[in-house]
Amino acid sequence: MTVATVGKTAIDPKVSSKQNLEVDQVQATVGSPLCENPKMSMRDVNVFYGDKQAIHNVSIDIAKHEVIAMIGPSGCGKSTFLRALNRMNDTVDGCRVEGEVQLDGENIYQQHLDVVELRARVGMVFQKPNPFPKSIFENIAYGPKIHGLADSRVDLDEIVESSLRRAGLWDEVKERLHQPGTGLSGGQQQRLCIARAIAVSPEVILMDEPCSALDPIATARIEELIEELSQNFTIAIVTHSMQQAARVSNRTAYFHLGKLIEVNPTEQVFTMPEHQLTEAYITGRFG
Amino acid sequence: MPKMSFENHITKQFDEDLEEIRTQLMEMGGKVEQQLQNAVQAVIKADSSLAEEVIREERLVDEMEVDIDEACILIIARRQPAASDLRFIMMVTKAVNDLERIGDEAKKIANHAVILSEHDSLSQGYKEVRHLGQSVTSMLANALDAFARFDVDAALKTLEEDVQIDLDYKTALRELVTYMMEDPRSISRAINILWVVRSLERIGDHAQNLCEQIVYVVKGKDIRHQS
Repeated sequence: MTVATVGKTAIDPKVSSKQNLEVDQVQATVGSPLCENPKMSMRDVNVFYGDKQAIHNVSIDIAKHEVIAMIGPSGCGKSTFLRALNRMNDTVDGCRVEGEVQLDGENIYQQHLDVVELRARVGMVFQKPNPFPKSIFENIAYGPKIHGLADSRVDLDEIVESSLRRAGLWDEVKERLHQPGTGLSGGQQQRLCIARAIAVSPEVILMDEPCSALDPIATARIEELIEELSQNFTIAIVTHSMQQAARVSNRTAYFHLGKLIEVNPTEQVFTMPEHQLTEAYITGRFG
Repeated sequence: MPKMSFENHITKQFDEDLEEIRTQLMEMGGKVEQQLQNAVQAVIKADSSLAEEVIREERLVDEMEVDIDEACILIIARRQPAASDLRFIMMVTKAVNDLERIGDEAKKIANHAVILSEHDSLSQGYKEVRHLGQSVTSMLANALDAFARFDVDAALKTLEEDVQIDLDYKTALRELVTYMMEDPRSISRAINILWVVRSLERIGDHAQNLCEQIVYVVKGKDIRHQS
């Protein structure tokens, strides 16, 4: 490319910033929201709470074994959208989801679909660690038991140990498996919840601000864990920490007032975002 | 495409910190521009006291480089800048490096001006220095001007001035060689002039780098090493 073409092909900053800053006029997501052979595929998803529309026409793919981060200001709908991916919104009164949400090409909102089985395939980790008021062992063993994944006590022991190992918690808790999970530190509890999520061998793990209640060291451990888990699982993470999104994800999706504004490779989003709204948010120009 | 601006951060202090760095960089640019002008004048007018001043003042340019670099590191540590802010900070750390090198070259020119002022006042070679000096000074001024306004078009235009400077440099070299062949007594003088035009040519390259950085900071496109 010659120097001259750079000048010609570039967009006039004044014109595009004017157009882009009006979120009402945002028609389509910029960047690369779709991919080949997606693990999950969402098309024209709308989510309503009663009369109020929280998500507007969101279409996005999540690739197999990718980590996708969803960022945006409070109330932008990123958590709502995440919860639509394993029908967690079913439990909210007046919440209605339109559009297609596919897991391996199968619509998860079809009638007669077993939601319990769906949530075993698409696990979730929440903002506040929420271990069951049971022993560490029982916290992990509960899922495999109800899903019939363990035939014997030996199987169950094995699942518990391997899940705790993968969550990086085994060495810290192996001596006290039968003590209550609630007695662990916040970071350990969150890793316990991750161990619990992976014990049922999910395909996708949804994480809703998994580190916002944790200190920086516990956060770093979870982030390292996300990196490791992405070799075997597909991960979608909602985070308020832009640095966290920059560190852990392959692609970043930016939501604003219920619309999906931009999806691009993370390195691009944090150095050269395509959309003016994304730029304004990640440079801290509005919240 | 984002418009360059330091305003509207939620943290007002961040706006001010970035603006402060920009002001410091413009001051450094102004100082370096002045050093170059004085160094060229010192050669043309055989003014050794002006040359001495350039040599003394070089220290100020070095201090500015250190101060600005420190301010950039602080911003990175405190604010974790992203997108256009990040590109701006990275650009500044590179630009101060180029400006400091221009300052060095100006000092080298001044050193030769001191030596040249001790020679007899033959006018051979001054024409080349004056001509190249003017084009390089003007290119640097244009680059700094483009930077002050984040003007990509001006930066791209200024970039191309370096082509003419390189041609003028080669012409100057040929003329200097001719002088040396015609009159071997002029060799030592001509070599000093040769170092001066060499420094001017290098300054053109640094001004070119500045222009490329302006394109990067505004457009996010790296156009280095493409010509």
